[in-house]
Amino acid sequence: MSASVHAVVADLRDRIRQFDGRAQRDRAVLPFGVPEIDERLPGGGLALASLHEICGGGNDAVEASAAMLFAAGIAARTKGQVLWCLTRPDLFAPALAQAGLAPGRVLYVEAADEKSLLLCFEEGLRHGGLGAVVAEVARLSMTASRRLQLAAEAGGTLGLALRRFRHRKEADALAQPSAAVTRWRVSVRPSAPLPVPGVGRAQWLLELARCRAGEAADFDVEATDAEGRIAFSSRLADRSPAAGARRFGAAAG
Amino acid sequence: MLVGRDGARRILTAVSRPAEQAGLRVGMPLTKAHALLPGVLTMPADPAADAAALGRLALWALQHYAPIVAPDPPDGLVIDTTGADHLHGGEARMLTGLVNRLSASGIFARAAVADSWGAAHAAARFLADPVCVLPPGKAGEAVSPLPVAGLRIPPETVTGLHVLGFSTIGDVLAVPRAPLVLRFGPLLGRRLDQLQGRISEPVDPLRDPELVTVRKVFGEPIGAPETIARYTAGLVHDLCAALEKRGLGARRLDLLFHRVDNSLQAIRIGTARPARDERQLIRLLTDRIETIDPGFGIEIMDLTATLAEPLVLQQAASSLIEAEEADLAGLVDVIVNRIGAARLYRIAPVESDVPERSFRRIPPLSPETGTTWPSRWPRPARLLARPEPVEVMALLPDHPPASFTWRGVRRLVKRADGPERIFGEWWKRDAELAAVRDYFQVEDTEGERFWLFRSGNEEQAASGVGRWFLHGIFA
Repeated sequence: MSASVHAVVADLRDRIRQFDGRAQRDRAVLPFGVPEIDERLPGGGLALASLHEICGGGNDAVEASAAMLFAAGIAARTKGQVLWCLTRPDLFAPALAQAGLAPGRVLYVEAADEKSLLLCFEEGLRHGGLGAVVAEVARLSMTASRRLQLAAEAGGTLGLALRRFRHRKEADALAQPSAAVTRWRVSVRPSAPLPVPGVGRAQWLLELARCRAGEAADFDVEATDAEGRIAFSSRLADRSPAAGARRFGAAAG
Repeated sequence: MLVGRDGARRILTAVSRPAEQAGLRVGMPLTKAHALLPGVLTMPADPAADAAALGRLALWALQHYAPIVAPDPPDGLVIDTTGADHLHGGEARMLTGLVNRLSASGIFARAAVADSWGAAHAAARFLADPVCVLPPGKAGEAVSPLPVAGLRIPPETVTGLHVLGFSTIGDVLAVPRAPLVLRFGPLLGRRLDQLQGRISEPVDPLRDPELVTVRKVFGEPIGAPETIARYTAGLVHDLCAALEKRGLGARRLDLLFHRVDNSLQAIRIGTARPARDERQLIRLLTDRIETIDPGFGIEIMDLTATLAEPLVLQQAASSLIEAEEADLAGLVDVIVNRIGAARLYRIAPVESDVPERSFRRIPPLSPETGTTWPSRWPRPARLLARPEPVEVMALLPDHPPASFTWRGVRRLVKRADGPERIFGEWWKRDAELAAVRDYFQVEDTEGERFWLFRSGNEEQAASGVGRWFLHGIFA
């Protein structure tokens, strides 16, 4: 595409966004700092005033531990306090600190049931003074996600719905509709062997299953570091460009 | 031992524990007590001072436990716990906490929760040891084996019932009502009905003149939630004006609704720090209007600042210096009033190498500790509540496992890191003197990572059982 066509498309997108009624400040984004991922997201990063959905893939669907660290890494890179809503208190706080989220920045809400969890989630999004709100939800209906998305827009807060399924059977949740702006699936992959005995940095397959005004894609990444940043996997960088393109094409189609 | 007067006789009105063991009883003449226990220490009873002390105790319970509290003379308090127990972690925990706090200040108390005042009164005196929670709808059965003295009836009636051969409440409930009422008057029948919850028994709530209260009386009863919300806003406005005059901010607000059928409904909200912000208070109160059942209508609304503290004004940081840190007190209040204070917390590090002891919960608005966990070793994202035993193939003495079986799934270990040896904390428990855990981080063929440990060093039996456990899941 030539530059002029790009400009026209960008202009049209801007106008559509204005019809949506979303104000200028809502377009602020949080880049991952990984060009390969950021260039696939509209605006060059995760939209701040909106809801994003993250779930674990494969065997990790029930524990969602990789997805949790991914969410923690995103929350760590926002400014201000983070509200973390959960129903099962099996989260180990030192791991959050190792993903860059210091203990002084996190407020935990331990809700008795899903209903009050969603209420607290929405309350946190509406408040507007938090950097991010993370909620470990099992079920997220279209209505609930729509409410949360509106609350995130109203409060200008980043909302991360971390899906924790009760059984492996439920885990095909990304097939259900949701109003979240982006939907991610994080699965673990075997890590690269080290020259010495030991365990290296964890490797994830990061699938962008849905992205409003963008295309689906998947990425091989290295797990969050101490500042909450993920890195593009060196293994994919070594691969030939054609192989990479095929992978993206398959995911989008 | 306290001595009071019953007409011309001097009788005992209260006896201490040791005196009771020596055979003294309440209601015994003083002369007899002296004969039984020569040289016993006696004090004149002072019913007025007792009543005043009970009033103070009721005020304390009002400020700490529930919006509707009344003294139940001569020796009790009645607390309407509806809508208040969840903020204290449930009925049983609330009662235990109450009894413990009272015993810490030297008051021996027993407490019970039941459907009706009458049932709770009887259960607290004859069933509680020191607390008892009667399941809803079962109050009648639970109190029937209790003595008739638990019925809140005059002592003459109790004696009369004993003379007729009634010893328990169940005996009285089993016989036709009419002859009893003919003999003992209408009070007995009313008490029995109140005990079973057949007729309502309004609690006249204690109100202290020192507390800031505003009241709205309606000519025509109201019932619609929108109307209640509108008048709530008006009351909050008046209350804030009254608080401002005294320089106070509210920590706890009670909104009482007097219904036309003479029963009470209440909303209680708390704030994390003294507040006089009308919008915030209205928000907190109207959030809970849905819990109110207006019945046939509400005729009086009372708003009281049950707990008020001096409000210290803070200067807001100018935007020239730094970006303003958002104030979370409002959000904290909204969430706490909805789901209870124990459910909103921060996690602070504790200096302990034992993973399950390395953190503690602290209140949401506590000052920043500025500490964090050491990051030398990776820690799992999920920590199991208790380590789960796994079947393991491993080389001894300190090789990581080659494979393990957890929850019925066998996993081959591809890569592993460890051991990280953690010693028991002998200063906490003697049994941990030699305890040892060797932690390994392992990755299976799928890339999933787990945190396993072997308890014991395989040399000394005291160091642990030598079995393998799975304690956490990495990403």
